[in-house]
Amino acid sequence: MSFGKFGKVSYVSETKLQKFEQDLEAGKIMGTRCKTCGKLYFPPRADCTCLKGNIEWVELTGNCRLLTYSTLFFAPASFRYEVPYMLAVAQFDEGPTVLAPLSKDITEDEVKSGMSLKLIPMELAGGRVIYELRKP
Amino acid sequence: MSKVAVIGVGQTKFGGRPDASIKEIAFEAFKEAVDDAQISVDDIQASIICSATHYDKQRTPAGVIAEYLGLNPQPTFNVEAVCASSGVGLRIGWSFISSGLHDVVAVVGFQKMTELSSAEVQEVMGRSGDVMWESPFGTTMPGYFALYARAHMQTYGTTPEQLAKVAVKNHYYATKNPKAMFQKEITLDEVLNSRMIASPLKRYDCCSNSDGAACLILAKEEFARKVTDNPVWVAGLGLASSPMTLTSRDTALNSFTCTAKAAKEAYHMAGVTPSDIDLAEVHDCFTITEIINYEDLGFCERGKGGSFAADGHTYLGGKIPVNIDGGLLAKGHPVGATGASQIRTLVKQLRGEAGETQVKDAKIGLAHNLGGIGMYCAVTILKA
Repeated sequence: MSFGKFGKVSYVSETKLQKFEQDLEAGKIMGTRCKTCGKLYFPPRADCTCLKGNIEWVELTGNCRLLTYSTLFFAPASFRYEVPYMLAVAQFDEGPTVLAPLSKDITEDEVKSGMSLKLIPMELAGGRVIYELRKP
Repeated sequence: MSKVAVIGVGQTKFGGRPDASIKEIAFEAFKEAVDDAQISVDDIQASIICSATHYDKQRTPAGVIAEYLGLNPQPTFNVEAVCASSGVGLRIGWSFISSGLHDVVAVVGFQKMTELSSAEVQEVMGRSGDVMWESPFGTTMPGYFALYARAHMQTYGTTPEQLAKVAVKNHYYATKNPKAMFQKEITLDEVLNSRMIASPLKRYDCCSNSDGAACLILAKEEFARKVTDNPVWVAGLGLASSPMTLTSRDTALNSFTCTAKAAKEAYHMAGVTPSDIDLAEVHDCFTITEIINYEDLGFCERGKGGSFAADGHTYLGGKIPVNIDGGLLAKGHPVGATGASQIRTLVKQLRGEAGETQVKDAKIGLAHNLGGIGMYCAVTILKA
């Protein structure tokens, strides 16, 4: 078990949240919820800021709405062959928000604030796992 | 509790400095500040060295810089709050003096960014987001601020032309600042036709990587009155934070909450309101940031930052001149030096030494220094 396969490039491989990556590989988008205060977290957290935490895993539907987006034409060195690519922030129906790539199937012309999207787990060549925002 | 004055300021020219090391650019700013204060190096009881250390090839740079400035065996250490490093450094210097620990303190901000390639800088900056959940998707600084720009446009109807006018203004004023990186005016069309970096932000909506250093000499009131007839007082300080991940912030993504909180504290401490401010230095890492800052600092109504910029209210002679030294966009943004450089500009103005860009009868100035993606914010109010 590891966290080293999450994302196009990983910088964190050790975490209490390794199960997130396994579930993502199995096609599930998981958040966490504090059983004490009820707060729902995405991205998931292993600890709740209420400090009385009792964290459990919760599957999210992935259904969300676009808040804002940008097309990047200039990238960090390790993403230089990917440009241009779109990044967006979307809000899940359940409340939390996610920063994720927008699928290449969506053109900048059709992107609209408030549009319905779905966060979909996907596997990349080389066994890396990510999620991206697609049209539902 | 002693009042704290800024008694000396110094700054290198900002821009590429392939001829000098970090120690040498720090020395240039330091020497100018010590000469400006008309004190001796022996008067300085502590140094606070400010930089975003991830750009530094030197690890723990306070060590080599304090040595090179001749400031051993006095206390020294590094302060890192990314782009707000020296804004935070000033606050620590103020605390040292007002607590009675030290009488005179040097705050030195520096950065050498051009030793790294632009792509390396983007890589480093992308990792100034949360490396667990955001950097793995190729985030960049322009990308983060572009998300804010798009949200501001969607909510308030802010336009690319309004953004561009901020760049035109700041480049215009840079031509009047011999220490600024860019010395050429640009037109609205040049900004609008510049290449897209992270939509909707274009080349001229973004500041440039730069080398440079700036230094402030702070002193307690008794010492300040001995060495100068025109001390500039630190009248208000505010410092606040916001969550680093965009996903933990307010979903509107069109305001930096740490700015609003830091500004409220600083106004309260100085006993002033936004309308009392004679000029401001605000953190214009991107054109959209300057527009959002107008709103968060209370210079204009929420949502009206775009028209406030476009209507010329922030030029010299307008309601509140902002970044009339060129700002980060055109003066350059050597990350760790920026906060101290903003204070230098205000001090020169409040002493009436700003020459062509002098704000008439300037008595109160505000500096706003934002760190990273807007997770740290230092607001400082100075009074003549």
